[in-house]
Amino acid sequence: MNILVIGPGCAKCKTLAQFTEQAVKELGVTAEINKVTDLKQIMALGVMMTPALAVNGTVKVSGKVPSVSEIKAILQQATA
Amino acid sequence: MSDLGNASEGGTDWRKELKTLGVFVVGFLILFFLPVGMPRFDNALKEGLELTKWYAREHVLLCLIPALFIAGAISAFVNQASVMRYLGPNANMALAYGVASVSGTILAVCSCTVLPLFGGIWMRGAGLGPATAFLYSGPAINVLAIVMTARVLGLELGTARAIGAVAFSVLVGMAMHLIFRREEQAKAAAAAEMPEVEVKRPLWQNVIFFATMVGVLVFANWSKPTETTGLWATIHLWKWPISGGFAAALGAALGFWFGFQWRSLALAALPVVLLSVAFPHAPLIPFVVACAGLTVLCVIHPGEGREWLEATWTLAKQIFPLLVGGVFASGILLGRPGHEGVVPSDWISQSVGGNSLMANFLSSVVGAFMYFATLTEVPILQGLLANGMGQGPALALLLAGPALSLPSMLVLRSIMGTKKVTVYVALVVVMATFTGLIYGRLFEPR
Repeated sequence: MNILVIGPGCAKCKTLAQFTEQAVKELGVTAEINKVTDLKQIMALGVMMTPALAVNGTVKVSGKVPSVSEIKAILQQATA
Repeated sequence: MSDLGNASEGGTDWRKELKTLGVFVVGFLILFFLPVGMPRFDNALKEGLELTKWYAREHVLLCLIPALFIAGAISAFVNQASVMRYLGPNANMALAYGVASVSGTILAVCSCTVLPLFGGIWMRGAGLGPATAFLYSGPAINVLAIVMTARVLGLELGTARAIGAVAFSVLVGMAMHLIFRREEQAKAAAAAEMPEVEVKRPLWQNVIFFATMVGVLVFANWSKPTETTGLWATIHLWKWPISGGFAAALGAALGFWFGFQWRSLALAALPVVLLSVAFPHAPLIPFVVACAGLTVLCVIHPGEGREWLEATWTLAKQIFPLLVGGVFASGILLGRPGHEGVVPSDWISQSVGGNSLMANFLSSVVGAFMYFATLTEVPILQGLLANGMGQGPALALLLAGPALSLPSMLVLRSIMGTKKVTVYVALVVVMATFTGLIYGRLFEPR
């Protein structure tokens, strides 16, 4: 599973990265988490509101920081 | 010079240590040469402290805290997705400009999202025009900033700022569109990722909810007029009962539409009512207790209550230190009305006093390049006005200042390219200059 944490780097983006790592750990799935901070790349992904989370190439959340349980639900849906 | 950059491979990161040393050296030099004892400096320090105290007394409780709750509510409850729909690729242009020019404060809740949003609206949404309108309006139409401007610098300047900012964003956006229309690149085939629209509450309920808080803010801060009769004076006489009425309406809205328990609402309201009867001449006491009560109510209502509080608290954490720092620095440099700081007031009144074209222009340019942390433009402007700056140049600074700064121009350059950024900056500076000139002519006593 490929996870992208998208955001130029303010506090919210860092929180999202933290929560995502925690969710992955709690679920015990294998996932590669990458941070996208370059503005051109963010725009290329079609993301308008950061922070955003993409799983396996699809943007699942944008514009807010979801809770750890919300992230877990998204990840579980993706593996289903 | 080569290997200094290679960081921690088990060794020390030299660049980081050098930076720390640099900070120590600069700090030491400042302290070594500190002109304590020089009357201008000592006085300036006192002015800094006095100004900070004045802000704490006059503006924080009655003005800043309600404004923070309002801004927090906008962040937590206004449906950003439904606003974004007006800025998509198939948007009606007139609507797109209108929405972009006022929605900056709604959409760009986290300042780091301004640039991706701008890029998205430009490339995959409504286009360069509305995108530029949004880019300008975000920092310019900041709810807290406009409230504080009106409160500290006067209603005229606050209103002029608000109207000017909206008008500017539309005009600058349209100008950018016209100037670059031949270069407009084809929009990407894939539509941007529009967030899902979740409708939690009908619009009219949201409107009333916000109106109650705005009512509290406006009436609690109703200033005492010079005449003792007339509408303004009568309102001033009744301002606290009116504010109380709005607060009660807020409680009702929370009970009916937000799921707040009536029992908790009553328990929170009780001490406020008792205190306002017990201390009729110290309205600050029930007011503070009311704010505390609201905070507790939010904590015990998980879901929307907690979300609101979190948004408000995040904003408070960002803004409060900046504001205090900005006020203190402004007090030291510029002093208070009637008292000079470090900078002699002659410098100010000669360069930006009156309402000449030069004064407005200088003001715009300085504003455009200077970085203003959120809300700091208010104490800085207060100091400048007290030292002889004209009203026109003041408005010019307010319109060019918060929206631009040298660092932001550099980042914008990486997205828009040098040509577009230069045109954008030039447009803002020119328009700010002329708006200031016109405003100064209308409002400056001859």
